[in-house]
Amino acid sequence: MVCRIAGVTLIGNLEESAKRAAQWLVKKTPIRNLRDWGIAFSLWPVHFTTACCGAEFAATSAPRFDVERFGFLPFVAPRQTNLMLIEGTLTRKMAKAAVWVYEQMPEPKFVIAMGACAIDGGIFWNSYNIVRPKDILPVEIFIPGCPPRPEAVARSIIMLQKRIREGEAFGLKV
Amino acid sequence: MSEERIIELLIGPQHPSSGHMRLVAEVDGDVVVRLKPNIGYVHRTVEKLAETKKYIQIIPLVERPSLADTANHNLGYVLALEKLLGVEAPPRAQYLRTILAEMNRIHSHFYGIGIHGIMLGSSTVFMWGFADREIMIEMAQWLTGARLTYSYIIPGGVRRDLPQGFEDEMEKALRYLERRLEDYDRIFIRNPVTRARLEGVGVLKKEDAIRLGIVGPNLRASGVPYDVRKVQPYCAYPELEFDVVVREEGDSMARLLVRIGEIKQSMRIIRQALKQIPDGPILSENYLKMIPPKWKEFMETKRRVKFPAIMANLRPPKGEAFSRVEAARGELIYYVVSDGSVTPYRFRMVTPSFRNVVLFEHLIRECRVADIPAIYGSLDYFPPEADR
Amino acid sequence: MDSRSEAGLESIIEKISQSLRELSTEIGTKDEIVTVQVEPDNLLEVAKKLKEIGFDHVKSVTAIDLPEQKELEVVYHISSLGNLDLAKVIVVLKARVPSEEPHLPSLIEIWPSSKYLEREEYEMLGIVFEGHPELERLLLPDDYEGPPPLRKEFEVKTEGIQA
Repeated sequence: MVCRIAGVTLIGNLEESAKRAAQWLVKKTPIRNLRDWGIAFSLWPVHFTTACCGAEFAATSAPRFDVERFGFLPFVAPRQTNLMLIEGTLTRKMAKAAVWVYEQMPEPKFVIAMGACAIDGGIFWNSYNIVRPKDILPVEIFIPGCPPRPEAVARSIIMLQKRIREGEAFGLKV
Repeated sequence: MSEERIIELLIGPQHPSSGHMRLVAEVDGDVVVRLKPNIGYVHRTVEKLAETKKYIQIIPLVERPSLADTANHNLGYVLALEKLLGVEAPPRAQYLRTILAEMNRIHSHFYGIGIHGIMLGSSTVFMWGFADREIMIEMAQWLTGARLTYSYIIPGGVRRDLPQGFEDEMEKALRYLERRLEDYDRIFIRNPVTRARLEGVGVLKKEDAIRLGIVGPNLRASGVPYDVRKVQPYCAYPELEFDVVVREEGDSMARLLVRIGEIKQSMRIIRQALKQIPDGPILSENYLKMIPPKWKEFMETKRRVKFPAIMANLRPPKGEAFSRVEAARGELIYYVVSDGSVTPYRFRMVTPSFRNVVLFEHLIRECRVADIPAIYGSLDYFPPEADR
Repeated sequence: MDSRSEAGLESIIEKISQSLRELSTEIGTKDEIVTVQVEPDNLLEVAKKLKEIGFDHVKSVTAIDLPEQKELEVVYHISSLGNLDLAKVIVVLKARVPSEEPHLPSLIEIWPSSKYLEREEYEMLGIVFEGHPELERLLLPDDYEGPPPLRKEFEVKTEGIQA
């Protein structure tokens, strides 16, 4: 079957041409900008505390530093969230759970690693029970600090928003 | 037929009332038959790593397991280390240690109340708890320089002296918090929803609490007046007056009320300590005489400590030391064995949350599934502290 | 007040030393800590006697690896929660077992508070407490293979020349 839209001819079966039409529509810039703007301002992290940086993460959502004004709302079910914040050290037992939760999240999804322990082990660098997050998950932004101040976490969210809106985030290039 | 009715429910590390542990619950309809905790998700092997680090490097290591309550962990370790070394801190340093420990107890209890609130579904109390906590964190930041991980207490004394104007600002902060506690009382504690969810739920009897070795506010809510600050007083506690908050019922509401009572007692202790604090040096004489005179002048004007070189290579004589302090969640124990070298031979740390793990099996039985977060929140269990 | 509580403390310590004198190999006291060294066979007897005096819970169970003597030393710290006079005293029970066959009777029947503490030392140093109902893995991941982590033969990397 043949289909003509605005000077582009799509030939073939209906499913494939529908998919190609959708991709072309998204690649056209106003739609992509709109989509990226929407994603950037509704980054919902999954409620998955991994270690002690979770206390500063909870303080970030608290009234003093209030990141909900950026659209950041911790939500309970992994199927309805699109950001995963690895707070602190990732032990082997927890790494398995982290990968399971990451696979349950719908795309596009992003990962931020928070704390010195998530970069290269931090103060526990020589422990036999920890895993580096960059080995198992595609991390976009690393936040140094032990624990990082809530202002640093807020700044990382703004940096991630900028990355998404410029189209460079790993989670978008699927 | 009855075996098929029991379903195993994995309340895994990702769950709405978040906490990094897994609860394996066997439920029959809506009634929980048995619950087994599966811990170890945050096991960062602090005891093994402490054998590879020098004594002064263990101070940050020991603070990280319990991020909500770092000053008490720091204090317990330094008390054990001072017993090994045979030094004692001067009286002004003892008062400063007490003030920081009580400030930490206040904001750790606010953290516990906030988390308990959100587990019950009341995000108002979560927001209030964390907002009021920021006041004490800001005061602690003015005193020590860090938000949560102070590393303020060192063998021989403390790192910094009180800044100018600290007493007045602290008085303002405490008055504000007292007014806020009345709001909590009206909105959260006397709320009929909270009372229906917490009264009579998860009752811990007095004999069971002693038999299982429970510590902290969980023990005091069951009628046992055991508080390390009264049994074996350390730092400035022998000279300060305060009450041990005890309740008889043993249910989740009693545990919440004990925590709020302890916040009020801590405020009383801070006020007394700021009035009675003596003048003097903040570091012990053994270490003061090792500092060169040029740095001594710096220390007088800036009122902070310059570490003598020996701190990097402390070598306590052979022996062992045992110390216990009352952290916010209970009694914390350190047992350090030294063999004369720069690293400890064996380092043992028993945290209050680890001693309270048995309560998950014991209390969450023959109750509804909706009671699990109510009881879990009232225990104030902090998983990184239990797993170390 | 201080001298009376001092006298009370000393009389308690004296009473403990008297009742345990035959069953132990060595007793030492310092401030409020009473250290009692026992043979593994006498451990249950001593524990029962302490329970009769009024000590009702175990504060910590520590195992220390001594590779030169090929022995493991198990240290129990015992005190009281219900009785506030006894709560000032801490009794330290020490027992030594050979490294090849580290078997020790479990104190769980006498003091149920030692349940998770013994389980952790089993996992970290390999001591088998006989009579413990649930001696299995607690903190380490399920697929961990290798020697018990806290033994001296298990080395973690450190900074410096021997990295």
